Amino acid sequence: MNLWHFYSRNSQEVLGLVGQHLYLVAISTGAAIVIGVPLGVLLTRRPAWRGPVLGMANVFQTVPSLALFGFLIPLPFIGGIGARTAIVALVLYALLPIVRNTYEGVAGVDPAVREAGRGMGMTDWQLLTQVELPLGFGVILAGVRVATVVSVGTATIAAAIGAGGLGVYIFRGVAVVDDTLILAGALPAALMALAADGLLGVAERRFAWRAR
Amino acid sequence: MTKPLEVEGLGYDLPGRGKGERRKSRSLVRDVSFTVGAGETLVLLGRSGSGKTTTLKLINRLLEPTSGEVRVAGERAADLPVTRLRRRIGYVIQEVGLFPHFTVERNVGLVPRLEAWPPARIATRVRELLALVGLDPDTFAGRYPHELSGGQRQRVGVARALAADPPLLLLDEPFGALDPITRVELQREFAALEGRLGKGMVFVTHDVREGLLLGSRIGLMLQGRLTFLGTPDEFRRSDNPECRAFMAAA
Repeated sequence: MNLWHFYSRNSQEVLGLVGQHLYLVAISTGAAIVIGVPLGVLLTRRPAWRGPVLGMANVFQTVPSLALFGFLIPLPFIGGIGARTAIVALVLYALLPIVRNTYEGVAGVDPAVREAGRGMGMTDWQLLTQVELPLGFGVILAGVRVATVVSVGTATIAAAIGAGGLGVYIFRGVAVVDDTLILAGALPAALMALAADGLLGVAERRFAWRAR
Repeated sequence: MTKPLEVEGLGYDLPGRGKGERRKSRSLVRDVSFTVGAGETLVLLGRSGSGKTTTLKLINRLLEPTSGEVRVAGERAADLPVTRLRRRIGYVIQEVGLFPHFTVERNVGLVPRLEAWPPARIATRVRELLALVGLDPDTFAGRYPHELSGGQRQRVGVARALAADPPLLLLDEPFGALDPITRVELQREFAALEGRLGKGMVFVTHDVREGLLLGSRIGLMLQGRLTFLGTPDEFRRSDNPECRAFMAAA
């Protein structure tokens, strides 16, 4: 059975899984931005916390994803079987690139620009929102891009703990040794990653002030 | 009439890094006193590390003085909220520090916008200032900093510092990074501008010729202290060894 055949016969299910996959990625990346950007900004204000926080985010990144999903299952509140646990794990993975790039984007603003802003009487909040975040936006977006692309891939493994998504086909295909089935899950996931990469890449170049 | 700037016994100690009693603080600025009247430019001259830039930053509290007092237009700087204080003091630095994502117009209008001036008044003020620093408003208002030459950027920097009409201007080697020809051009224009503006200015430089050209008085700094304070003529004639060292380099 070829791929197109499979898709036309199972179009409803395919769309459902694509939807689930997008949901996992969007929610987790969104949450990682909400947590990661303020955290990254905080690190520029409290440089002493930089090592421990980035170190911890690094540790999450190095845990194999399947193992992380497994570790989370027995935990109360955030654990269990299903999408919630998967989202928690995906957030932990997405955090590092977003926190690190936010820190670097904000800290990388030309010190002369920062000094001029402070010297002219901008408050720290004004400096952050009018100068540092806009100037660091391209770098922050690059972190979001990496996080999104990684999430699309990692989310396929979420199927292992019953969170759904395109990994369902991949795991099923591996179990029954069916290449078409594996491809049916892998191909849309790959396209999704490429699309996210392309779109966010365009946005990133649009905001790369420093390159000018 | 209150003076734009009065500085009395200003000092700044860097806390030591050691532990316990062995911990020694290092003095970057010690017992510096001077006043600057309206229309007057005090040039702070000195070698690198003599404390002139530190003194400047103590005035607008980018560094907090550890001793002494600063009064800006009669008000104690330490008593004012730091952002209010700074909006009353124009600040120009060597690297200019224009916001690269703002047009020239928005850069110059920064402090008025922070002070919530009505937009029409900001626009008028910006055009007035660009003309004052020798930039045609129609040509330059809409440009971004990366579309300007070094000299043009520093002109914008000066216009930005003047925007909210502060009584006092602090300039930290504003022409130091320019090529020699542009530098001389800007120095001449600045000399002409000083009298017209009627502001108090503190101008930091290590270039003695620039200091003699632009200063109504010269303050010479050595190891954190003001070792000489007087008019350019007095400076030329002084037998203070540091003055002589600078004159020899001129």
